[in-house]
Amino acid sequence: MIESLVQLFDKYHLVAAFAVIGLAMYVAYWISNNLTHGKLHGSAIAIILGLVLAYVGGATTGGSKGLSDVTLFSGLGLMGGGMLRDLAIIATAYGVNLKEIRQTGFRGVVALFVGVLISFIAGGGVAIAFGYTDPVDITTIGAGAVTYIVGPVTGATLGASSEVVALSIAAGLVKSILTMVATPMTARLIGLDNPRSAMIFGGLIGTTSGVAAGLAATDARLVPYGAMTATFYTGLGILLAPTVLFLAVRAVM
Amino acid sequence: MVIYGVALLAGCMMAGLVIGDLLGEMLNIDSNLGGVGIAMLLLIFITGVLKDRGKMADSTASGINFWNAMYIPIVVAMAASQNVVAAFSGGMVALVAGVLAVVLGLALVPLLTGKRPENALEDDPLAGETRYTPTRASVTTGAPVLDRSRHTSSTPAHKH
Repeated sequence: MIESLVQLFDKYHLVAAFAVIGLAMYVAYWISNNLTHGKLHGSAIAIILGLVLAYVGGATTGGSKGLSDVTLFSGLGLMGGGMLRDLAIIATAYGVNLKEIRQTGFRGVVALFVGVLISFIAGGGVAIAFGYTDPVDITTIGAGAVTYIVGPVTGATLGASSEVVALSIAAGLVKSILTMVATPMTARLIGLDNPRSAMIFGGLIGTTSGVAAGLAATDARLVPYGAMTATFYTGLGILLAPTVLFLAVRAVM
Repeated sequence: MVIYGVALLAGCMMAGLVIGDLLGEMLNIDSNLGGVGIAMLLLIFITGVLKDRGKMADSTASGINFWNAMYIPIVVAMAASQNVVAAFSGGMVALVAGVLAVVLGLALVPLLTGKRPENALEDDPLAGETRYTPTRASVTTGAPVLDRSRHTSSTPAHKH
């Protein structure tokens, strides 16, 4: 009986995921309204709930895809995967103020370069502080602090050891997850309440998953502006990290 | 028809991804260079033209708006399928590097934004609801510490 139920959930995994996420959203908004009196936004609670479930799922299965490694919830991987996520991100652009994008365009590009550079320096600096001296290792960990995709791509290009590549992925994951949680909490402090600062935020932080989730939990109307710049970030990081930034690290070390 | 909206959205996405791929190849990097961003600009532009010509039917718009509204649930599903365990078992280097990158990035937002634009989304009643008191900022620095303590307790399970 239970076995056939699990099989059914596995067979109709995407539909099951819709139901599960719907339930999670209901619980999150209930908590938001009744326990925090709307002070902590429902979507922020839902995202934190998702991360906690991902931790539980990962810890129990030993897999790398959070709760979606549990057979019962395998559809979460498809629902939250790159394909549907990007489709939904693009859909948020419908109704965006084009004037705003034109006005912030230049600052957004500046934010992109500053963002990649500052994250790289932070990651590389921490690597040096922890005693890494090989320019390849420092560059790979620095690239990981850019995003968890730039890290392994850079590591593969430069021939870093798998241990260092794993570290760089972990650094990028910490960045993405912390962005999801920290953005709604610091939004007011850093003036994250208008399209312009959202575009700059997207360019500075760049990790698409983190930016998208962080802004969704802050104010859903800001999502398209932040996501727009953030989607260029990983490409720029992959362009700069194994080339210019690696040469710079080698020159310094 | 609703499918027209969905197809328009999907078409913009595929066109943007193709352009992003071509850009990546041109610059000789193994990545899609901003395909999603390009797709967003395409969608804004095309729907703008269609609206101006009065060819954007309500049903077409609802095909796009559905995916717009599904965005947050999809993000929650994405959060639930992140490798949170790996993030906090990567060791101190990964943790400190990740935290520092976020803190510096957030700190630079007001610097690069410059003068506050007048068109802040303040007049909206929703905006007040989604704001947080600065005191919650301390929770920010507390968050990774909390997760690390969970990690510490799970370490033995990893070293079997």
